[in-house]
Amino acid sequence: MAAITAEPTAVTRPLTAASHGERNPQSLIFLILLWASLAFGILVLVVLLVNTFLEGRSRMDAALFTNYTSQIDPATAGARAAILGTAWVIGTTALLAIPIGVAAAAYLEEFASKTSRFARLVELNVQNLAAVPAIIYGMLAAAAAVAVGIPRNTVIAGGIALALLILPVVIVATREALRAVPQEIRQGSLALGASPMQTLTRQTLPAAVPGIATGTILALSRAMGEAAPLLLLGGLVFVKFDPNGLLSGFTTMPIQIFDWAGRSQVAFQELAAAASILLLVLVIAMNGLAIIIRNKFTTGQ
Amino acid sequence: MNDPTAAPASDPTVTRPPATPQPDDTSGESTVDTTSTITIPRMDPIDAGRITASEAPRAVITTTDVSCYYGSFRAVNEVTMDIGLHEITALIGPSGCGKSTVLRALNRMNDLIPGTRVTGTIAYHGMDIYGKDVDPIEVRRRIGMVFQKPNPFPKSIYDNVAYGPKVTGMKVSNMDDVVEESLRGAALWDEVKDKLKQSAYGLSGGQQQRLCIARTIAVKPEVILMDEPCSALDPIATSRIEDLMLELKEDYTIVIVTHNMQQAARVADRTAFFTAEAAEGHGDRTGHLVEFDETTKIFSNPADSRTEDYISGRFG
Repeated sequence: MAAITAEPTAVTRPLTAASHGERNPQSLIFLILLWASLAFGILVLVVLLVNTFLEGRSRMDAALFTNYTSQIDPATAGARAAILGTAWVIGTTALLAIPIGVAAAAYLEEFASKTSRFARLVELNVQNLAAVPAIIYGMLAAAAAVAVGIPRNTVIAGGIALALLILPVVIVATREALRAVPQEIRQGSLALGASPMQTLTRQTLPAAVPGIATGTILALSRAMGEAAPLLLLGGLVFVKFDPNGLLSGFTTMPIQIFDWAGRSQVAFQELAAAASILLLVLVIAMNGLAIIIRNKFTTGQ
Repeated sequence: MNDPTAAPASDPTVTRPPATPQPDDTSGESTVDTTSTITIPRMDPIDAGRITASEAPRAVITTTDVSCYYGSFRAVNEVTMDIGLHEITALIGPSGCGKSTVLRALNRMNDLIPGTRVTGTIAYHGMDIYGKDVDPIEVRRRIGMVFQKPNPFPKSIYDNVAYGPKVTGMKVSNMDDVVEESLRGAALWDEVKDKLKQSAYGLSGGQQQRLCIARTIAVKPEVILMDEPCSALDPIATSRIEDLMLELKEDYTIVIVTHNMQQAARVADRTAFFTAEAAEGHGDRTGHLVEFDETTKIFSNPADSRTEDYISGRFG
């Protein structure tokens, strides 16, 4: 048995030659450009956050949460109605968008024949809906509300507008999550004599929950920051009462911020900044929740 | 397992109207003497071309001129064979010869792939499983399937086994007993009895595959189809599954697709050899059944030279 010896072979290029390596000048320049782009993005974000924080710091007090807005006294005005209004509208949005979106995605992914004209039409429409400007959904919801005879500046109308807005996102996220469930799971279930519907509700959907939850929460946090479609529903900027039902009037945080930021007094600007911080914290908290859900489920199995 | 209403003695050598459901015919000969030698009347007009084993088992599933299509492509051409009760039938052959397709046709799993079509008849106790009124879900409950890659559900071991009885609405007095019985049946009970509530994903590949077998027998099927059940397993796990198959055939009828000829030789009572040949006119390779006989005959004295070439390793 021949011993394996480390005989140096003919003189080859040393391994340390840098000219062809990963650190030649071109790639270094490119790397620096990439870093600069990243730094620019982060810098803008940090400046924005710090600026907002510094401006709104003085108004991050209890009154922001407990008091209603005011026309004359910005020092004691608060975002109480906006916070509650946001909770009501986003809750309604979730109740509308999640069942419809998940059902639509389950149909497209699990039941519709890939070649059926109807399924392709639905799919095309979902893609198109994702590209529709948010304000159009506001117009649609306003028209729908008027058509069925309810005032358009109500929680239900706002919920419909935002649900329509995020429906394509929920459908796409759910489809992706369902697609990620291994085919073997479905086949295993069907081979035991389970019906396609049992397979969906007991195997495929539960396995897809992390993906669905992540996508849906991200969509809801986007809806939370949306002002345009709600502004179109009209008359929502000055609300001094707690919303108490689907037919109640409401305002939301983005609208409240929009209203305050448009006023000339510095105190209102500070109030707007404080409410912005609150909105950011809420959105970050929701995104964090999405990440936690995803991690919990992916490591849990 | 000996269903008295089942058609007795579906002797493949006896002329048998293939598609007609056989009525309850309990004419006393519920057991077939598998030792008696029946010579095959090769010129029988019905059975001309039928490839039969020399000793006929009581057939659970009979396929007659079964062809499977994916769209317009014919994957398998005119397979005619009988699956004997309480026997292990192995389907062997080179890749792409359609043996898995045939297997999946036997419990209508092919239905799940769009564009597939089966012609000919597959009769389960004389009932055409592709008949108009037949519920594929019920077919799959009676004819279970174990897949190539172990595919436990992302649930606990207990829930994996209990899933089938639950969804099929089986009347179960005590689910714990069903789970234990099924896990014992799959020779897995002793290894998992203390961790039934743990995730099935924590088991080894061989254990997962036995769990899949336990899950399958929990719904009390009559036939178990196995699609290369050991191809993802190491030799030790493979040998355990093979031992298990030999035990299971006391109660179940097993059809196994395997790429491992030694495996077929070790476990199967009957072996079907498939191969693929280019059809005339175009290049599509269509699989067909070359020879179907007792395993010992296939491996010692095959009638067809292609079988001999394959089992001796000359091709495939």
